[in-house]
Amino acid sequence: MTQYDIIVIGGGPAGMAAAVAAYDSGVKNIAVLDREEDLGGILRQCIHNGFGLHKLGEELTGPEYAARYAQQVAERNIKVYYEAAVTNVTADKIVTVQSREGLLKFQAKAVILAMGCRERSRGALNICGTRPAGIYSAGTAQKLINCEGYMVGKRAVILGSGDIGLIMARRLSLEGAKVEAVCELMPYSGGLTRNIVQCLEDFDIPLYLSTTVAEIHGKGRLEGVTIARVDANRRVMEETKRYIPCDTLLLSVGLIPENELTKCAGIAISALTNGAEVDENRQTKVPGIFACGNVLHVHDLVDYVSDEAEIAGCGAAAFVKGELNANKTISVRAEGGVRYVLPQMVHTDCGHDVSLFMRVAAPTGKVRLVVKIGDAVIAKAVKLKTAPGEMEKITVKADKLAACTGTITVCLEEMA
Amino acid sequence: MKRNLTCIICPRGCSLTVELENGNANVTGNACSKGAEYGTQECLCPVRTVTSVLRVSNRRDTMVSVKTAVAVKKDDIFRVMEVLKNTLVTAPVEIGDVLLQDVFGADIIATKAVK
Amino acid sequence: MIYDVAIVGGGVIGGMVARELTKYNLSLCILEKENDVACGASKANSGIVHGGYDPEPDTLKAKMNTLGVEKLFATAKQLHVPILRNGSMVCAFSAEEDKTVQELYERGLKNNIPNMKTLTGDEAREIEPNLSGEIASVLWVRNAGIVCPYDLTIAAVGNAMDNGAKLFLNFALAKVEKENGLFQVTSANGETVTANYLINCAGCGSDKVAKLCGDDSFTIIPRGGEYLLLDKTEGQRVSHTIFQCPSKEGKGILVSPTVDGNLLTGPTAGVVADPEEKAITQAGIDMVTKLSAKSVPSVQLRNVITSFTGVRSSEKNGDFIIGFSEKCENLLNVAAIDSPGLTACVAIAEYVAELLKNAGVELSENKTFNGNRENPHAFRSMTDEEKDAYIKQHPEYGKIVCRCEGVSEGEIRYALRTNPPARDMDGVKRRTRSGMGRCQGGFCGPYVMKLIAEELGIAKEEVTKNGAGSHMVIGKL
Repeated sequence: MTQYDIIVIGGGPAGMAAAVAAYDSGVKNIAVLDREEDLGGILRQCIHNGFGLHKLGEELTGPEYAARYAQQVAERNIKVYYEAAVTNVTADKIVTVQSREGLLKFQAKAVILAMGCRERSRGALNICGTRPAGIYSAGTAQKLINCEGYMVGKRAVILGSGDIGLIMARRLSLEGAKVEAVCELMPYSGGLTRNIVQCLEDFDIPLYLSTTVAEIHGKGRLEGVTIARVDANRRVMEETKRYIPCDTLLLSVGLIPENELTKCAGIAISALTNGAEVDENRQTKVPGIFACGNVLHVHDLVDYVSDEAEIAGCGAAAFVKGELNANKTISVRAEGGVRYVLPQMVHTDCGHDVSLFMRVAAPTGKVRLVVKIGDAVIAKAVKLKTAPGEMEKITVKADKLAACTGTITVCLEEMA
Repeated sequence: MKRNLTCIICPRGCSLTVELENGNANVTGNACSKGAEYGTQECLCPVRTVTSVLRVSNRRDTMVSVKTAVAVKKDDIFRVMEVLKNTLVTAPVEIGDVLLQDVFGADIIATKAVK
Repeated sequence: MIYDVAIVGGGVIGGMVARELTKYNLSLCILEKENDVACGASKANSGIVHGGYDPEPDTLKAKMNTLGVEKLFATAKQLHVPILRNGSMVCAFSAEEDKTVQELYERGLKNNIPNMKTLTGDEAREIEPNLSGEIASVLWVRNAGIVCPYDLTIAAVGNAMDNGAKLFLNFALAKVEKENGLFQVTSANGETVTANYLINCAGCGSDKVAKLCGDDSFTIIPRGGEYLLLDKTEGQRVSHTIFQCPSKEGKGILVSPTVDGNLLTGPTAGVVADPEEKAITQAGIDMVTKLSAKSVPSVQLRNVITSFTGVRSSEKNGDFIIGFSEKCENLLNVAAIDSPGLTACVAIAEYVAELLKNAGVELSENKTFNGNRENPHAFRSMTDEEKDAYIKQHPEYGKIVCRCEGVSEGEIRYALRTNPPARDMDGVKRRTRSGMGRCQGGFCGPYVMKLIAEELGIAKEEVTKNGAGSHMVIGKL
């Protein structure tokens, strides 16, 4: 069995940054396994710009951002397996890979899970009606258009106002399709303001909030959808039903971390993040198995994926070198107004500052983000505005952390 | 003339009001100076970076992604798209290669390599 | 070319009849109106091998069901179609339903069903711990099983084709004429097929086919049944097929594992106006949700991966219609095959052969008949070591296309080459499970399109979801 110090599963932004960080931390025997023919993951089809402002200080397109990291991987002696789909990972860190060379088995000292996420499909939504052609998840349409050069339809409705849905509304418009509407089940958009302005307003595409697709019509190809407003319980209000003829329905209704392999390794999945629970090094509860990027929790910006992956990469390298010796663990919990916080565990004796990342439960105005241990505040920050679509971050200083016992809680406090 | 805009510079998304008079813009509602700049630009001469793909003639089902090297006038977006639609490129292409020059004021550059 | 027999309908009945008749020296064809076989009731039903306690004694349904169970198990094995004898349980929730369970048990005895037993609720929960605490008694039917209906249909048609039957797709009957005692069957596209005998296995369209032949002796009532299919994480919730007692509310909702490891729940039962309009309704989803929880309260319905509607062809008299038409010579109707049609399919096929023989058709043994089909799922069932060796010989099996179901490029290409070859996205999905998992084709769709285009030698713009009018993309940018 081939041995590696670190195996990184997934060669998207998370996997690449993790591998590079691990290598630069002094562990050189690293393999990255990716199921595609190229590194970059989903960034390869995200041809729009807006990537890298935080991390690299310049505005790049997805393929450019991916290429920067692919270049860094190439400059190091990191082994990359292409078209290599991992079919199993054990808690003992034996990794089974199906590739054109055969069914390979590798033994690793540490594994970094970086498999990313998938889009929620129509089936999970239980939309009524028929099952014609012309219904795509936004990402699938993005791949067909941007990578393969095929147009999916002429007249579209988009369900879901997450960023991918908004980006695709613009993309379809640019390619000459008419986007009739973007419908959002929630009373607020899940996308960035910038995308609402530049993807919808620029093209006069209406955004209907608290609205869903109630029914799908058409036998062969999609012929139209019935949209309707929903009440506070998200049930369709019959009297608001309205028919829109269209040949294409794009779904942008949420991303789900792809944790099938995580489960293979016996790692429990959090119902809040749909990912593993991790500590400040992004180590899961199975020693030596780390996770980062969208497989851990869905990020809003790739820049933060890269940051998180570097933490995981350094953590995995430290694990291999036997340097992860902190052992005073306390848990971190989301409370009032905060939907989840990550990491879910922290070693108080880790000796460095720890940043906590979180998503709020609903949009707010000016609030104070407060980190407490018991009643004592150990970190706080004022936010002028928060939204569930945007990740918030707050850092707890090493000295404050060292004194902690019990459970760390994070909450929002309203401000006048 | 008065226009209402949402500022896109930061997640705060200030609601801006821009008063246009004699080619000058007066921005209110902004929390910072960047907001004023954005409001002015957006009303006097809104610009956008256009990203799209071009077909690679000598590779099967292969597209190369591109962007305008600088932002173009918002009104020119569809004119730029029309030019891109009728353009074929030949591999190999490197990231940063200028594939077309001066399309409504911007070079079209490759954002992906095609070997 | 004059076919001895033309079979109308490529469903499980048409397929099994075709396979049965290839055992004899007959020239055969199957006329299917869709772009693939198994597109009607055989695509979307419960996939249950019914024990046989349900049909009224002395009906064709009772006879075919009783005969059919073991014949189906044997045939499925020959065809390498996964079939599992998981047993079924009919649950009673009240004293009144206790009586129904007892009646079903006694009816089962009359129908000669082996290995049945009545259990108390507690006894049943010992075997099946996730059953509702409200269940008072249970009819335990151990000979019952589960099978994938379209897998079975595809295998039957495929094996018939391997043995010489010809399949016409997109052949919707438009006109049937008799000339010198021969059927001249013309499709909507203008294609004509000539045959001595016509066997009408057209499912929900069988009354229309009969009418084209001048036989208006029966009318099909299409009944829609809505189902929810749950992720494999729910597949272990129960091991038996869990039925409810038939009641005023309908036949009840079943909760069952599938041979692929998912959990299936449904169906509703409403008359539908247009059997082609297979729509899901909110009322249907709500009903299935509510009633499945009645039997198995712990089912997590948030793990639904897809919902679908199947349409069954029933008739007012409630029994199968199998026999020569009294209005049209040499037309054999095999119609109104609703439940337990899947269970009975092999028995029905044998019965059809017998009817032909009795009608004077010479049935001489086809010495080259091979009832065994190559196993299309062989790769899936290999050990890691076997897979490794196989991939080294066939590298395309190393490329995973559908990550959710672990389907390789080799398996997809095989499905596009093997009888009856898949011709569209849904055809590939039914044969390989590619696109059937959690992401529902989100990731693998574009790659499958590419493989279809390559194998069929067509442009991607011509690739369809399920035949004419269902194109995936509208053209190049």
